[in-house]
Amino acid sequence: MTTATARISRSGRSAATPSKNAKSRERALAWARRAPLLPALIFLIVVTQLPFVVTLIISLLNWNSLSPDKTAFAGFENYVTVLTDPDLRQAIFTTILLTVSVVLVSLLVGLGLALLLDKKFIGRGLARTLLIAPFLVVPVAAALIWKHALLNPTYGLINGILTWVWSLFGSATAPQLDLLSQAPMMAVIVSLVWQWTPFMMLILLAGLQSRPMDTVEAAQMDGATPWAIFRHLTLPHLRQYLELGGLLGAIYIVQNFDAVFTLTAGGLGTANLPYAIYQTFYFANEYGLASAAGVVVVIGTIIVATFALRTVFSLFKKEAAR
Amino acid sequence: MSTLTPAAPRETSAGPTALNTGSRKRGKTRMDPTRNNTAAGLAAWLLALLFAAPVVWMILTSFHSETDAATNPPSIAANLTLDAYREFFGETSGVSPWPALINSATASILSTVLVLVLAIPAAYALSIRPVKKWTDVMFFFLSTKMMPVVAAILPLYLFARTVGALDNIWFLILMYTSMNLPIAVWMMRSFLAEVPVEMLEAAQIDGANLLLTLRKIIAPVAMPGIAATALICFIFSWNELLLARVLTGVVAGTAPVFLTGFVSGQGLFLAKVCAAAVVISLPVLFAGFAAQDKLVQGLSLGAVK
Repeated sequence: MTTATARISRSGRSAATPSKNAKSRERALAWARRAPLLPALIFLIVVTQLPFVVTLIISLLNWNSLSPDKTAFAGFENYVTVLTDPDLRQAIFTTILLTVSVVLVSLLVGLGLALLLDKKFIGRGLARTLLIAPFLVVPVAAALIWKHALLNPTYGLINGILTWVWSLFGSATAPQLDLLSQAPMMAVIVSLVWQWTPFMMLILLAGLQSRPMDTVEAAQMDGATPWAIFRHLTLPHLRQYLELGGLLGAIYIVQNFDAVFTLTAGGLGTANLPYAIYQTFYFANEYGLASAAGVVVVIGTIIVATFALRTVFSLFKKEAAR
Repeated sequence: MSTLTPAAPRETSAGPTALNTGSRKRGKTRMDPTRNNTAAGLAAWLLALLFAAPVVWMILTSFHSETDAATNPPSIAANLTLDAYREFFGETSGVSPWPALINSATASILSTVLVLVLAIPAAYALSIRPVKKWTDVMFFFLSTKMMPVVAAILPLYLFARTVGALDNIWFLILMYTSMNLPIAVWMMRSFLAEVPVEMLEAAQIDGANLLLTLRKIIAPVAMPGIAATALICFIFSWNELLLARVLTGVVAGTAPVFLTGFVSGQGLFLAKVCAAAVVISLPVLFAGFAAQDKLVQGLSLGAVK
């Protein structure tokens, strides 16, 4: 790869540049290579990195836009508040609970579905398409559907089906669920699992289909049980795909705003950090506090991301080596 | 995974949907429909129907009248009507969703174009003629995606307010561009890396210039990848709520923002909500199914093929 690209570069526009000496020519060459990269890089630094630096600065200020005259340097006061304020502490806990449970459950269900879809059966393509559908509903719309059409205690589909099934057995007193007010966290988790399972399934299915089949065949010839094959061949092969799905999923779900905002409006202990931060700066105008909470989210994400990067990197190196 | 028929080579020998078509054909001819596959098929179909049920229910309810939509038990066989769609498009309320839909389309399409304009050259400099330390650059791009939007939204909001860019669709377009750019660079790099080096060398030896190489060698290989990248970026922009909610208002509000303000909570509105959800999800469903083949590669940032 390197020799090939080096040869190609020689005929690039840098060859036409008159060279005063070898060094400046080399530098021109390097810049010609970098040129196509720079617009994207500069744009991204300006739009994402600079604001974060500003967030870091604001997080050290005592700044409420409703009383701007009281704005002052606060040191780490905001961080202390984030970690001690019961509401914000609850938000940290909620974020972790939400992310871990949604990722784990959707990974497990996604694994099951991927294993089923890996086999041949009638209408597999259509079944796969149906399974992707939840991922392709606009998240806000999905949350609204879950809230009003499925989970609504009086006329939602789930209670409707319960009533219908019970009436089949001649009972007029079917049990009725009210997840939204009795277990709102569960409602958020269920709707997110429904949306994210297809994502996990797609990644794991791709993993299953990239599995070298000759070893599986050999194991089958030797009379290995399906469970043994799954446990000792399939699962080790899937490990990095499970990690990738889990970590990418975690990065998206940590940031989830739509489901919490729509389903419960952050009530009854379901406010995660993104929602709490939105509330803190948009309605409470506590700019310093919101920024500190934002920084806490970034630190949390960095911890997760370090693992994610390592996984992506191992897959990436394999691909780059090809 | 039956071991009952060890003599018959299982169709999985080629991998049922192995990526190269040659083995796929072979797999089909060798297919051996065992009882286990029927059971797996049944289970898969049951689960597929379960997962699709909310979507099917949403579509069905959107064609029901409000009174039929809000019954317990559900009235599955109720008469179909377009009333809910008429209501969504503002027949009685006079509030049209079109401005919001057009804003969403504008923001999604223009940001996607901008993303491609920035990402394709960048991906070129990361794969075909890679800069030194290109892997570091790749991971820098990725790391910006890992920073949650909430960590940068306040300064962006304050900046927009100061320069008068609040409720301006162009500011939102720039935000969506930065949101999708890292993903697009990663995706495009993985697609451009599929351009065979030998062909590039051959073109070079034949004296083809950059433009000709781009058009004749790189574009044909990369085109499906560019399309998939564009579709995925479109979906992410179309779905976005938090930035749109904070940075836009009555003028530049997008469809998801419109949708959140749509439920009044008074009277019967279930069919209307379903109709709204259907209309707003349609572009995403189309884009998603169009990109189905490359969806995994895109969503996994090119890490999974």
